[in-house]
Amino acid sequence: MRDQSRHEAETVERFLDSTLASVDHAEEIAVGVAQRAGFEEDDLLKIGMAVRESMVNAVVHGNRYNANKKVKFSVINNSQRFTVRIVDEGEGFDYEHLPDPLAPENLLRSSGRGIFLIRQFMDELQIRRLEPGGMELVLVKYMAAK
Amino acid sequence: MSVKLNTRQVGDVNVVDVAGRITLGEGSSALRDALRDMVSKNQKKILLNLGEVSYIDSSGIGELVSGFTTVTNSGGQLKLLNLTKRVKDLLQITKLYTVFDVHEDEASAIRSFA
Repeated sequence: MRDQSRHEAETVERFLDSTLASVDHAEEIAVGVAQRAGFEEDDLLKIGMAVRESMVNAVVHGNRYNANKKVKFSVINNSQRFTVRIVDEGEGFDYEHLPDPLAPENLLRSSGRGIFLIRQFMDELQIRRLEPGGMELVLVKYMAAK
Repeated sequence: MSVKLNTRQVGDVNVVDVAGRITLGEGSSALRDALRDMVSKNQKKILLNLGEVSYIDSSGIGELVSGFTTVTNSGGQLKLLNLTKRVKDLLQITKLYTVFDVHEDEASAIRSFA
């Protein structure tokens, strides 16, 4: 049964610096909104980790810690779905041809698991290359799927 | 809290008690440095006690894998002890659970190096 005190709707938007501190900050914001939305501990962990992996992707691989580039971060809870949108200003990556981290030849690679984990932890992940540049990741968790 | 590492010797096994968060940045680099340091000192039996690890991300998983490869390639053994449910779940999701030799009891883990 859902917590009666949960928020019916909430939106948070931030422009974050391309730093690891922003990764922590974004995770805290997302988990806070998810908690107020009524998600329970297990889902909060999954959401937090998915947001962390997405933010690392934006800060490290997208913006490459460039102080002149920002990460646009938003969290929307509309009582039916919890959505996190993360947009960087980087050159993007070939998301349609990512190596399968579960393939035997990739198991001992030290990287390449971030997108895979986001897909495991969220109900939906949409990845889109933006014009003229940047990548957009949209992470969705359904309230009914709790 | 970031990661905290404490290394102790039990017989000829180096036990590393890891506490806190193994995430991109300070956490994963501290673990990498500790493992490389042990390999450079020719310490070949390493047991990572992850019982107090509260959080690990894909970078932390990458460091575990990288450490495992480094130690194995140098002729040593790296084993894991006391996985929290969170770490165990992650290693299972990523199919790494069977790659590592995982133990729940320190004494038997130490004996398994013999």
